[in-house]
Amino acid sequence: MDPEKQQMIAVLLMALPLAGGLLAFALPQGKAAKNLSWVVAGLVLALAATLCLQPGTTQFQASWLPALGAQFSLELNGLSKILVLLTALAFPLVLGSTPNPSHQPGAYQALMLLTQAGLMGVFMASDALLFYFCWELALIPVYFLCSIWGGEKRIAVTFKFFIYTFVGSLLLLVGILYVYFQQAQPSFSWQAFHAVSLSAKEQAMVFWLFFLAFAIKMPIFPLHTWQPDAYEQSPTGVTMILSGVMVKMGLYAVIRWLLPLFPEASHQFASLIAWTAVAGMLYASLIAIRQDDFKRLIAYSSIAHIGLMAAGLFVHQAVALQGVVLQLFAHGINVIGLWIMADRVERQLGTRQLSALGGLAQKAPTMAIFLVVLSLANIALPLTNAFVGEFLMFNGLFRYNMWMAAVGGISIILAAVYTLNMVQKIIFGQTNALTESAQDLDAPQALLLAILVAVILLTGVYPQPLIQLTQDTVQTLFAQR
Amino acid sequence: MNSYLLWIPLLPLLGFLLNGLGRNHLSKNATATIGAGMVFLSFVLSGFAFGQMLALSHADPGANHTQVFYPFDLLRIPAFTIPFALRVDHLTVLFLLIITGIGFLIHLYSAAYMKEETPPHFARFFAYLNLFVFSMLVLVMGDNFVIMFFGWEGVGLCSYLLIGFWFKNTAYNAAAKKAFVMNRIGDLGFLLAIFWLLMKLGSVNYGDVFGQLGTQLTPTDITAVTLLLFVGAMGKSAQIPLYTWLPDAMAGPTPVSALIHAATMVTAGIYMIARSNVLYSLAPLTQTIVAITGLATALFAATIALRQNDIKKVLAYSTVSQLGYMFLGLGVGAYTGAVFHVMTHAFFKALLFLGAGSVIHAMHHEQDILKMGNLRKYMPITHITFLLACLAIAGIPPFSGFFSKDEILVAAYLANPLYYYLGVAGALMTAFYMFRLYSLTFRGDFRGTKEQAHHLHESPVPMTIPLVVLAILSVVGGFIGIPAVFAADAHWLEHFLAPVFRRGAAHVSEGAHHLSHSQELIMMGVVTLLILLVIVFSVRKYSTYTAGEENPSGLARVLYNKWYVDELYQSLFVQPLHQLGGFFKNFTEPKIIDGAVNGIGKLVSYGSRQIRLVQSGQVGSYLLIMILAIVVFFLVWFNDLHLQRFFQKYF
Amino acid sequence: MPIQYYIYFCLALFSLGIIGVLTRRNAIIVFMCIELMLNAVNLLLVAFSKMHHAAALQAAPQTTAGIEGQLFVFFIMVVAAAEVSVGLAIIVMMYRNTHSIDINFLNRLKN
Repeated sequence: MDPEKQQMIAVLLMALPLAGGLLAFALPQGKAAKNLSWVVAGLVLALAATLCLQPGTTQFQASWLPALGAQFSLELNGLSKILVLLTALAFPLVLGSTPNPSHQPGAYQALMLLTQAGLMGVFMASDALLFYFCWELALIPVYFLCSIWGGEKRIAVTFKFFIYTFVGSLLLLVGILYVYFQQAQPSFSWQAFHAVSLSAKEQAMVFWLFFLAFAIKMPIFPLHTWQPDAYEQSPTGVTMILSGVMVKMGLYAVIRWLLPLFPEASHQFASLIAWTAVAGMLYASLIAIRQDDFKRLIAYSSIAHIGLMAAGLFVHQAVALQGVVLQLFAHGINVIGLWIMADRVERQLGTRQLSALGGLAQKAPTMAIFLVVLSLANIALPLTNAFVGEFLMFNGLFRYNMWMAAVGGISIILAAVYTLNMVQKIIFGQTNALTESAQDLDAPQALLLAILVAVILLTGVYPQPLIQLTQDTVQTLFAQR
Repeated sequence: MNSYLLWIPLLPLLGFLLNGLGRNHLSKNATATIGAGMVFLSFVLSGFAFGQMLALSHADPGANHTQVFYPFDLLRIPAFTIPFALRVDHLTVLFLLIITGIGFLIHLYSAAYMKEETPPHFARFFAYLNLFVFSMLVLVMGDNFVIMFFGWEGVGLCSYLLIGFWFKNTAYNAAAKKAFVMNRIGDLGFLLAIFWLLMKLGSVNYGDVFGQLGTQLTPTDITAVTLLLFVGAMGKSAQIPLYTWLPDAMAGPTPVSALIHAATMVTAGIYMIARSNVLYSLAPLTQTIVAITGLATALFAATIALRQNDIKKVLAYSTVSQLGYMFLGLGVGAYTGAVFHVMTHAFFKALLFLGAGSVIHAMHHEQDILKMGNLRKYMPITHITFLLACLAIAGIPPFSGFFSKDEILVAAYLANPLYYYLGVAGALMTAFYMFRLYSLTFRGDFRGTKEQAHHLHESPVPMTIPLVVLAILSVVGGFIGIPAVFAADAHWLEHFLAPVFRRGAAHVSEGAHHLSHSQELIMMGVVTLLILLVIVFSVRKYSTYTAGEENPSGLARVLYNKWYVDELYQSLFVQPLHQLGGFFKNFTEPKIIDGAVNGIGKLVSYGSRQIRLVQSGQVGSYLLIMILAIVVFFLVWFNDLHLQRFFQKYF
Repeated sequence: MPIQYYIYFCLALFSLGIIGVLTRRNAIIVFMCIELMLNAVNLLLVAFSKMHHAAALQAAPQTTAGIEGQLFVFFIMVVAAAEVSVGLAIIVMMYRNTHSIDINFLNRLKN
């Protein structure tokens, strides 16, 4: 495919959801809005898949705010591609598994599409101002989505989420502006930022400004407390996007915007951050063991997994970085699968309490099989997609410090404990009055989950295509630090 | 590698897929045919492979006839490549025969044993069993440690699924979970060993690892890697301190216990160490630890088995104990002996479990041996085969257990006579508890209910055929490893496995002393005599057992409660972690972290409430403030130089 | 006339304005005091501008330097006119609602 077409696709990836979102606001009927969402999500997935099949890097530049030195410049390297693919894959899954809300469905779909546009922008932007703009474009619709369609405590929770992420965003903005003004001819482009040389003290300061913003988004211990609440209270479709795709913004940003721009500082604080992340992993795992709420359990499990990825980023090993990149994709898929399960259980039985469930394997055997497979992926059993990533990440941790791998490895034991606890409480045991009425999956749901499980197993048995997609970028980025 | 070898693992996988996907549509007969048939075909292919290997060894004795099949790379990154490669060599082919052979017999047996299940669950059972056979085959056929790990986790998963097969029972699920989690502890050790090898060598292929010794691996590396691998083996093969899952795993259906928790999966740890014999032979410290752990487990589990009343629990502790012997053998460098014992143990322990299953089947799921008795009258085939298995495990010549156990004990004597004496003590205990079990079950008077007595019957033919076949194997299986003391050069197994163990054995035998034949014969004779005495004592004691006689007290009570190890683990590890989790959940999260976040929020809102008071609404005060502010502004404006100097001085 | 006279006069005028703003409660008087201050500033601007321009003319006969001050005065007068119209409108509305033009009444706007 010639470069112009690739560039056009890159722009369309962002422009389609943006246009679709604005259009959906105007649509009066929920059904029409959802159909529009389907069309946009389908097109974006097709385009993203086409683009991912192309080798090399796609770049696009257009004038945006020349007076400020900001350009509308996109760069799709392997890392961007895998995340663009994840985003494109996530939205059809969300659409297929969650119903249209009864209240203002048009606005709901519109905001979801705007979020998608923002996410695409974050993963593609190579201009700091555009990156920041898209970062906010992805976040702001989520505030509305949570506060309008969320659960009972949605206002308080959205407020907490807003405060956390907004503080992060402001720190990021300050950091960006600081680097911006260090230049003789101010420019926001990644290359210009990379060329800026800062003193060690300045680098440390800007590093923390950037890092806190990203760490809140990931989130890593101890900045994580917005997450279980937000996951619990958001509508499930939003939760899927939040945990499946949006937390990857933080990790992606660290790889793309933090480590290469502030190499000295990121080496200086590597040990501190990696150990904190490892401690957070164990901390979240222990809490997950005690959770009785399906959604909160998944949330803490997710925090533990993200902790491992964060540690993998900061041990400065190419192996671990490759593992993180694979895990970004794998975790997104797996956690969306788990949310689909949680949503189904909650909508059908009206509860998320694990202790109130049980015996679903008798009533809903197909669902039980999918839940078991997803759980196995969650504990990174070999031949599931998560194994490859975790194997590489632990490998990197081990190369950095073998005790870190050993201590972090305890979390794979704890992961087995809480995941199997969850499986046991939901599907095994005797049925009770509540679960007696449970129904098995219907055909579309089963098909959706079958696709998901197929992705999990295929990328687990043969991860090489994903590795090839990202390998060059990983090596380049690793060399830049 | 001949392409037909690839079908050995693929056929059970195919069986898994067919049974798993068609579980709602297939009849029980079809399911059983697919399940057992696939494993049987696999067994036939394994037989071919074995025959081929035999012919090759015959043509060129002692040479390495490894065949490798390398279809694609599992993982290829600049730092290392992990190929998806399968191998068949002398050690593997032996395990292939054991796994598929015994696997097939147990599939056959299960078809009758699991008849009461509904078709979907029946199919589910066979699907799991086939998946297990597939994973186990991958484990032994892998050409590198990662593929072995794949199989390793696969068998762990199947074990989890099968222990909790009757998923309505919460206790069974808990047992399944315990098995999985304890295995994970071991897996962590295994993984760390893999990482270590990858860091030092950039490869985990057996060829690279065992070929590059001394050049790239320092003695510290070898010791660490072997110890970490041994941690993995401890979990999978139920050694102290990670053995407690195996007795609980008896919650699964009895054929599962026979296949997974006696004959095959639990010997994966032995396979792993035997496979890495070259490494272990270079790590004397690890070898000592392996030997001591094995011996301690053998004795410890045997003491517990003395006082258990659940027929399957006795066999489970017996398995743990026998696995301990195998590790003792590995620890003293008797790799062939350990593998030999794996094989004979697979025969007689599978037989014991299947016999126990037959008894349980007849007794309508009663497992307490105190409520049995005199079953020989009702179940002649089960009785005879069970007796033969007991004799084999007790180590009476010429049954198979005698040869394999003797080989390990002789090697232990050469390493350290104390190992030998303790090993013999364990063997005596084995004889005692096995014949206690035998006597309580098959001799004396029937102690069950009238109804049970009425229904007692011999098991159907599909269940007795495996019993008979395994009984024959248990009796004659030992003749493939006749020690030199009876006939020179008659140890066929040692010759067969020599290509795999030659390098490891070479390290061990340097400077090792040998026993004279007469000394060895005397030792054998004395031990056999002692065992016979114990058997007679045990049979006489328990044949006349009447209900209510046993009231454990003192040490017996401790043994009955398994040394309270489960309780100890519960209070040492499980409870503290549980409480820590609760503390984090209920205190740290809401109070400290959220407290800090909300605290900032509260501070801001409190501050703004105070500052709000300034906005009194009095226009006059606003004007005053405005004017004062202007004045201050002017003062600052005109004195900025002084101020700057002031700031520079103090900040 | 020396510039000092202008300065002292304007200072006095401005101070009167400030004192008036701070002490009186009648909105119209406050308003007129503000005008007083503005005009004090205006006068000063004109005075300085005239002086500056006269000095500049001596150096260069054709120059327009210094007349910006007088331009500013016009600006201020325009702004003041606008301000007066808005302010008076507020006062009228205030009187209509409260029958008083006491500025302390305005604290009711707070709630």
